[in-house]
Amino acid sequence: MSDYISHDHEHDGVDRRGFLKCMAWAGTGVLWTISGGVLVSKTLAQIAKAGGSLPTATDLSFLQISDSHIGFSKDANKDVTETFKVALDRINAMPTPPSFLIHTGDITQLSKPEEFDTFDEVLKSCRTKDVFFVPGEHDVLNDGGKFYRERYLKSVEAKGSGWYSFNKNGVHFIGLVNVLNLQAGGLGQLGDDQLEWLEADVKGLGADTPIVVFAHIPLWAVYPQWGWGTSDSEQALGYLKRFGSVTVLNGHIHQVLQKVEGNMTFHTAMSTAFPQPAPGTAPSPGPMKVPAEKLRSMLGLANVQYIQGKTSLAIIDSNLS
Amino acid sequence: MFTLIKTQKYSAIVFAISFLFLTNFTLGQDQKETSAASPGHNQIVIKDFDFSPKTLTVKSGEKITWINRDDEPHTVVSVEKQFKKSTALDTDQEFTITAGAPGTYTYFCSVHPKMTGTIVVEKS
Repeated sequence: MSDYISHDHEHDGVDRRGFLKCMAWAGTGVLWTISGGVLVSKTLAQIAKAGGSLPTATDLSFLQISDSHIGFSKDANKDVTETFKVALDRINAMPTPPSFLIHTGDITQLSKPEEFDTFDEVLKSCRTKDVFFVPGEHDVLNDGGKFYRERYLKSVEAKGSGWYSFNKNGVHFIGLVNVLNLQAGGLGQLGDDQLEWLEADVKGLGADTPIVVFAHIPLWAVYPQWGWGTSDSEQALGYLKRFGSVTVLNGHIHQVLQKVEGNMTFHTAMSTAFPQPAPGTAPSPGPMKVPAEKLRSMLGLANVQYIQGKTSLAIIDSNLS
Repeated sequence: MFTLIKTQKYSAIVFAISFLFLTNFTLGQDQKETSAASPGHNQIVIKDFDFSPKTLTVKSGEKITWINRDDEPHTVVSVEKQFKKSTALDTDQEFTITAGAPGTYTYFCSVHPKMTGTIVVEKS
């Protein structure tokens, strides 16, 4: 297949097929960004060297960090606390600090209070103090998420099992919980109460309000055979279809994957702890052991930038190598 | 007199229900780090996000032990809440129950609900 552009809707030199093709290498952990459809490949280090020149007129910049798995100490990464620290160092080295962080779940490996304590202690070193959380299944293992809600969701006045929304610079952010009350044989699940809340939450918003949804398990069918999807996400996304710009940020799968569907961009972030195999390439989705020198190239974080007037948010994935 | 009979009847039903519930699956459950498979002791290995064997047939009164061989925590939860669920099992941790009344019991991992398994309990 040749590299010609068949449909250049945004007159930016990239069509959908070309974009998806680029995603193939994005999935291997190489750095990339999309800004209004323009693909750029840059590392945070490069941005720092260039004096923070990407993109110039940013109205809001925030950072997604995910799957810290504090407490994990198996072969795939014997020191996840250290790699989490490295991730925070990268954030602290950014020429323009992000407005806030979003942590998309799995703070800990086993929901142990001491694991949460270690995370909080290390997080103190981050210059950016504002952090928004949604739980991963590893954070709610034995108590239905009670401890997690008390510690991370009190300040946002979360509803139900921990969902909430807030506004920043005209962007409406929605944090959802899809790791509780899971049913045998099923996938991630939002549940009727949360769906009802979501419908009401966005009802009064104008269609031109940019929406950012974040949750742990992907809200799209990445690979249901491995449980990488959410059974009732279609209904949730249905409430968001009328909006001109919807960005869905997830964790859980420890690798960068992206899908664009109409006005919706779905994106998953790397972990700061250990990589997981690409869908279907291993017997199971468990922690993937890679050569030591390769590990940090497969861990990372995502920087998200909103520029008013642009239809899509710019997402820059950068690894820790 | 009539009331007394009614109460007795009611108590009998309550007693029968609780008896059924208690004997359904007697739980000599414990979680350990070591594996000691012995004769008459049925083991289910959790590996690669799967229960093996998927279906295990045991005699009533026998012990069943799950052992997690993944680098990922898993749980053992009865779909119909017929036995007490395990806590999250870390690598090499075990969970043991004693099979109760004959019947078919389905269970899953509440962390990774795609993982399901079945225990068939036969008369001893």
